[in-house]
Amino acid sequence: MSGLPPYATKAQTLRYYGLRTLCGLIFFFLIAPIIVIIPLSFNAQDFFTFTPEMLSLNPDGFSTKHYEDFFSNSDWQLAVRNSLKIAPVATLISVSLGTLAAIGLSQSHVPFRRAIMAILISPMIVPLIISATGMYFFYSNPYIPIPFYGKIELPFTLTGTYLGVVLAHAALGIPFVIITVTATLVGFDNSLTRAAANMGAGPVTTFFRVQMPLILPGVVSGGLFAFITSFDEVVVVLFVGSAGQKTLPWQMFTGLREQISPTILAVATILIGISILLLFTLEILRRRSERLRGMSPS
Amino acid sequence: MLAADGRPLKASLNRALRRQKIRALFLIAPLLIFILVSFVMPIFDMLLRSVENQIVGNTLPRTVVALQDWDENADTAPDEVVFAALYTDIALAAEYKTHTRLGSRLNYEMTGISSLFRKTGRAVGRFETDVYTEAFQAADPAYADPAQWAGWMQDDNIRAALPQTTNTYDAWAQMIVEEENDIPAEEEPWDFVYTALYADAAGGAALPISVDLSAIEPVSLQASFAEIDEDWIDPDVWQTIKAFSPSYTDGYFLNAVDLLRGADGVEQRPENERLYIGQFINTFVMSLSIMGMCVLLGYPIAWLLANLPARSANLLMILVLLPFWTSLLVRTSAWKVLLQQQGVINDLLVWMRIIADDGRLTMINNQTGTIIAMTHILLPFMILPLYSVMKTIPPSYLRAAKSLGATDWTAFWRVYFPQSVPGIGAGCILVFILSIGYYITPELVGGTKGVFISNRIAFHISSSLNWGLAAALGTILLTVVMVLYWMYDKIVGIDNVKLGG
Amino acid sequence: MKTTLKLMATTCLTLTATMAVADGHMANEMTIVSWGGAYSASQDNAYHQPYIAQSGISIINDESASEAVAKLRAMNEAGNITWDLVDVEAADAIRLCDEGLAMEVDVDEVLAAAPDGTSATDDFGGALVSDCFIPQIVFSTTFGYRTDMVPEGVEPPSGACDVFDLETYPGKRALNRNPIANMEWALLCDGVAYEDVYDMLETDEGQAQAFAKLDTIKDQTIWWTAGAETPQLLADGEIFMGSTYNGRLFSLIAEQGQPVGMAWDWQMFDLDGWVIPTGLSEDRLARTLDYVYFATDTQRLADQAAYISYGPTRQSSAPLVGKHATLGIDMAPHMPTEPSNAENTFYNNYLWWADYRDDLDAKFQAWLAQ
Repeated sequence: MSGLPPYATKAQTLRYYGLRTLCGLIFFFLIAPIIVIIPLSFNAQDFFTFTPEMLSLNPDGFSTKHYEDFFSNSDWQLAVRNSLKIAPVATLISVSLGTLAAIGLSQSHVPFRRAIMAILISPMIVPLIISATGMYFFYSNPYIPIPFYGKIELPFTLTGTYLGVVLAHAALGIPFVIITVTATLVGFDNSLTRAAANMGAGPVTTFFRVQMPLILPGVVSGGLFAFITSFDEVVVVLFVGSAGQKTLPWQMFTGLREQISPTILAVATILIGISILLLFTLEILRRRSERLRGMSPS
Repeated sequence: MLAADGRPLKASLNRALRRQKIRALFLIAPLLIFILVSFVMPIFDMLLRSVENQIVGNTLPRTVVALQDWDENADTAPDEVVFAALYTDIALAAEYKTHTRLGSRLNYEMTGISSLFRKTGRAVGRFETDVYTEAFQAADPAYADPAQWAGWMQDDNIRAALPQTTNTYDAWAQMIVEEENDIPAEEEPWDFVYTALYADAAGGAALPISVDLSAIEPVSLQASFAEIDEDWIDPDVWQTIKAFSPSYTDGYFLNAVDLLRGADGVEQRPENERLYIGQFINTFVMSLSIMGMCVLLGYPIAWLLANLPARSANLLMILVLLPFWTSLLVRTSAWKVLLQQQGVINDLLVWMRIIADDGRLTMINNQTGTIIAMTHILLPFMILPLYSVMKTIPPSYLRAAKSLGATDWTAFWRVYFPQSVPGIGAGCILVFILSIGYYITPELVGGTKGVFISNRIAFHISSSLNWGLAAALGTILLTVVMVLYWMYDKIVGIDNVKLGG
Repeated sequence: MKTTLKLMATTCLTLTATMAVADGHMANEMTIVSWGGAYSASQDNAYHQPYIAQSGISIINDESASEAVAKLRAMNEAGNITWDLVDVEAADAIRLCDEGLAMEVDVDEVLAAAPDGTSATDDFGGALVSDCFIPQIVFSTTFGYRTDMVPEGVEPPSGACDVFDLETYPGKRALNRNPIANMEWALLCDGVAYEDVYDMLETDEGQAQAFAKLDTIKDQTIWWTAGAETPQLLADGEIFMGSTYNGRLFSLIAEQGQPVGMAWDWQMFDLDGWVIPTGLSEDRLARTLDYVYFATDTQRLADQAAYISYGPTRQSSAPLVGKHATLGIDMAPHMPTEPSNAENTFYNNYLWWADYRDDLDAKFQAWLAQ
């Protein structure tokens, strides 16, 4: 399919171009909604529609006032600060615990591997509304119930605190770390660690000097996934958090439901910029990982 | 056979294996504990709410006991004993302000009970039971002395002789301490304590200071309650209270599948109250359509990506991954902008004269809106697994088929397609699992028709406060998802989930 | 190993730090819950900003007032109240008070007297509908319509009953996704006398009649949950007419210049005010009371009316209501109490709704989902 052979029949040519057109339309379906937001965010009006001025490219129809609103409005700024406070900490927890566990899981003889894996991946699978309501009630308790033991009393409750939101987001990010890190470990050549051991390196040195650099791309991309999960998460934060922890998605969600203003579109445009940035980072990481493992970049 | 250190090789190997296992578990343990505590336990905790029902027994303890002797199949309301218990319970609950919550709880089972309890809570202090209080106090001033009362209630003989009074006085004293922050020995007992005292005395118990009761005209509590609202002598109300007095109930689950526990056992709800089966079906049908749309749109894209040279494929892959990485809310707001009646798509269609200006399509706040927006959001989850499967199908198979005389279509359908089925399976289950539990997008673009069961759950959690029903609906949804998850694990293997190519 | 240790140490430190931040914030922060949109903006201008300037306390806005009863119940169950002050409608205040979720307040003790010395109780008068309720504004739920979508040769709609008239006024409608106001309008517009509406709504037949009336427009209606939705839908031209709070329509028409008119007939009168959650710690309660004392005095209540067309509940504030803060137009003609707007007014019976809300909510949601 890399090109149309010179002997192609009329029908084949037709199909070839038909498929290309179809794919073009589907790509358009994927991308157009995201692109549409960008010009609308420069709307001089306070509503979500293209004004006649905008369509005729009249400069009066455009303004950056929604961006100004975003940067000057204290609610939005609080949301940005909160998102930046919550996501990195949650990511740190998911990545550190997740990487350790992924290394454990990739050993050759792990009892109950399948079951453990299923539990660790479950935060990705369980509907968010169920996770959110469960955490909402559970984190409200000032104690942790331990089956067959009783309760461990806590001096605080977790709902409406940073810690609560961070822990919840860390749990949601873990499947992504597990998946990406185990994936890189699958291609990991164990003779390398044996070689390192042979040369006298202890397990810790081996881990940091041999294993870690090789799985680093997986760890970082897992971390990016965990970060974006927290950064983009709204259901859990709506339930577990309180207004003091409102994040960007929280503010966007209430904005879409309540005080609908194109500031949301300005924020959306900024977020699209960030996702493009993340995407390229990931692409670079992927290439690096493949180069390191001696595969040709495909 | 011995190892280098002289132990049997088998034992030595076993030990090494065990050490390896322990080390692996040691690495996994922190995360496993973290997930269990922060994620799995909360979910189980919530699921328990679907059967918990202590509120009736806690709020109306005496009534629940008294009701045990009432025959729920009888066509008459319970007798005076039950109403006397109810009087004490409601009078106390009104002070603790718990009667309204109980009313809300029972209202889930029988609409109308909430207003009944609220009205009763306000009226219960105005019953004419003060005739008892006055009669006792007139007969002997000691009955008006708080300290004297407290003294009697410490005397075991008196306590044994006056069981109802004791029980009522103790509850009253506790309430005085907890709610009013007063000392019972300094407060004159309230009317319902004297009512209990009268009931004890009328039953022949010996009073601490005997009083001639013949002059007292007994107050019918049943009549007093009936005066607040006729519903109190409706046996149906009492059947509901009795049916939901145990600490655990299947009522929420019955409700979640449009059933109810009537007089003759489990039966269907009346037609205008059947909601949830329909909602589950709706959720299923919409998720299936989204899944179908994703296959239709994802298959050609994955095919194209798998068959293009690497350089162009990677470039096009970015077009798939960009939406994947873009905030869910950004994409949902985009669809809101696009799908409105005065939105971009309708404007375009009008401009292209495909539709008339007054014939604009309704594509938002209904199922269409949800399906379009969610197809867009979940499409990458279909393309990525499909792509990774298609990458492994050698193009030479197709060429071989063709060189053996197959037409393009036969070659594709008989050779290529069967090999891509695992990818379709993986993508379909993933998309279906994710869509069946979606909340945000349907909430914003679905209106009343295009919403999922998740939106119902959220509604019951945050608006109607029917947490038990939300938990029951959640349990059913979770079960469905877990079955799919298990299937996914069987078919694809969880390890093979791919993210971002 | 060093790195792992360092990593773990950083994690622990960060966690402790975030927890400390969570607690530390409480010392000079208040979370105030309100309804969002133009209404929250008016409170921000009239109360929050001057109060912040005066006290140095920072205020976090939460826009979940429509879920206040649920959230307060959950917080109460957990014993962890994260809200300091909540803006609710009168019926919700009564419900919260009945359930012990809102604190009873001694009005004369916690609220300022009028400038002429009239006690707060007398100044607020009939607006004090519950022991927990600290009144703020009189508002009404009423209808706005697109003036450019009125069919030619037809009088523009004048009130609530026109929403049921699909023949004269075709097009989509927007109504509140709860029974309050909708049930009353349905009966009233189906010929039930004003005095009989609530009596009828207590009966199954009355409810069935109301639902039958609503059925006639069900498939033409978008159901909103936030007061800002109808203004947005009107501005986008998505609906012909819709109900919302009168102040939201005012800001749509006067501040944003949209081609929208008001249909005042049978506007639904209601009160809105503050409740203080029970279970606040002593210092938080003191802070909240300080804010409430400030925000409900005669001048502040009158100030709010300069930003949105809701009437102050204090009698002493009424004469101080003047012009819009930025547009300079007279506010009085836009108030729900203005005689020409209030020819036919429906007084929301919040006591009745406090009793029947659960019952009718269940039926309404079931009807809606069918």
